[in-house]
Amino acid sequence: MLASGVAWAADYDAKLVIRDHKFEPVELTVPAGQKIKLLVDNQDATPEEFESNELNREKIVTGKGTITVFIGPLEAGRYPFFGDFHQETAQGVLIVK
Amino acid sequence: MLGTGLLVFREVLEAALIVSIVCAATRGVRGRGLWVGSGIGAGTLGAIVVAFFASAIAAAVSGIGQELFNATILLAAVAMIGWHAIWMASHGRELAMEMKGVGSAVQDGSRPLSALLIVVAIAVLREGSEVVLFLYGQAASGASVLEIAGGIAFGIICGVAVGFLLYFGLLRIPMRHFFSATNWLMLLLAAGLASQAARFLIQADVLPALGNRIWDSSAILSDHSLIGQALHTLVGYDARPAGMQLLFYAVTACAIALGMKLWGNARPQPHASA
Repeated sequence: MLASGVAWAADYDAKLVIRDHKFEPVELTVPAGQKIKLLVDNQDATPEEFESNELNREKIVTGKGTITVFIGPLEAGRYPFFGDFHQETAQGVLIVK
Repeated sequence: MLGTGLLVFREVLEAALIVSIVCAATRGVRGRGLWVGSGIGAGTLGAIVVAFFASAIAAAVSGIGQELFNATILLAAVAMIGWHAIWMASHGRELAMEMKGVGSAVQDGSRPLSALLIVVAIAVLREGSEVVLFLYGQAASGASVLEIAGGIAFGIICGVAVGFLLYFGLLRIPMRHFFSATNWLMLLLAAGLASQAARFLIQADVLPALGNRIWDSSAILSDHSLIGQALHTLVGYDARPAGMQLLFYAVTACAIALGMKLWGNARPQPHASA
């Protein structure tokens, strides 16, 4: 689908799940140069704050709630993110290729 | 407990810094404690209400309710600060002279103190609602009452202590420069809040980023460090700003500066000698 190389304005959909105060997957790969529509699905009963200094994003996701965060377009690289309310366990990286 | 305390501290700090600037800017105003106190009280109540309705807010407007809500109250705070700063530019000199001369409280009935009450309330509401949600989660995950109460106490005491440091630091500014200094601080505060509003609108895909990352100064001063965070609140420092944030910052700063200049100079020079 991406083979054409045509840069549509369409967003790239990506998804993260929060379970037991951890992100799944821990490393999420997305394409460079494209706007990312990131869905964060919190399956825990407690609220979390999806936050990333590298991505300059922060958004609360309530218990059993989902949020959408728009990111990018990004250059290739590693962009760590974390759950502000459970930083000991909720750590992940967005890998942009 | 330390983790809980640190998170509460970071949120309280942001609100405390804003309250400190407002307190400095209202130096010598009779009854300002009541205004500021009412703002803190209203903000705390608001924080609990917002946290309670967090799910509904997040789900509103097809999932971008949280960003729109944040951007709206931030821009409301910007408008209130702008109004007050412009008012002060035209009255500040008289205020400073009266205070120097009489050394007592000065109250001008037309001063928009309600605007500052709203600014304080919004600052407390924004940071407070995060604290409420976080603590709710802690409690639901089985944290003890002692841990939560200790964390709240630690966070509030430390956050308020830094606020007091800033306040008493500002009071050392000589009186003849005092109100113009606090007014410029208010201008930078407003510009920073406008930049934060822009960030939320970019995150919600309502506005284009105009360049995702205009610069990256995180190696020099991280957003997450204590100083970085304090400067983020006070002057809108952002280690990785988007173009739209800079535009909001510049437009807000210029608009308020222009307003201060136009209305500040339009007034006759005060004739009283101090």
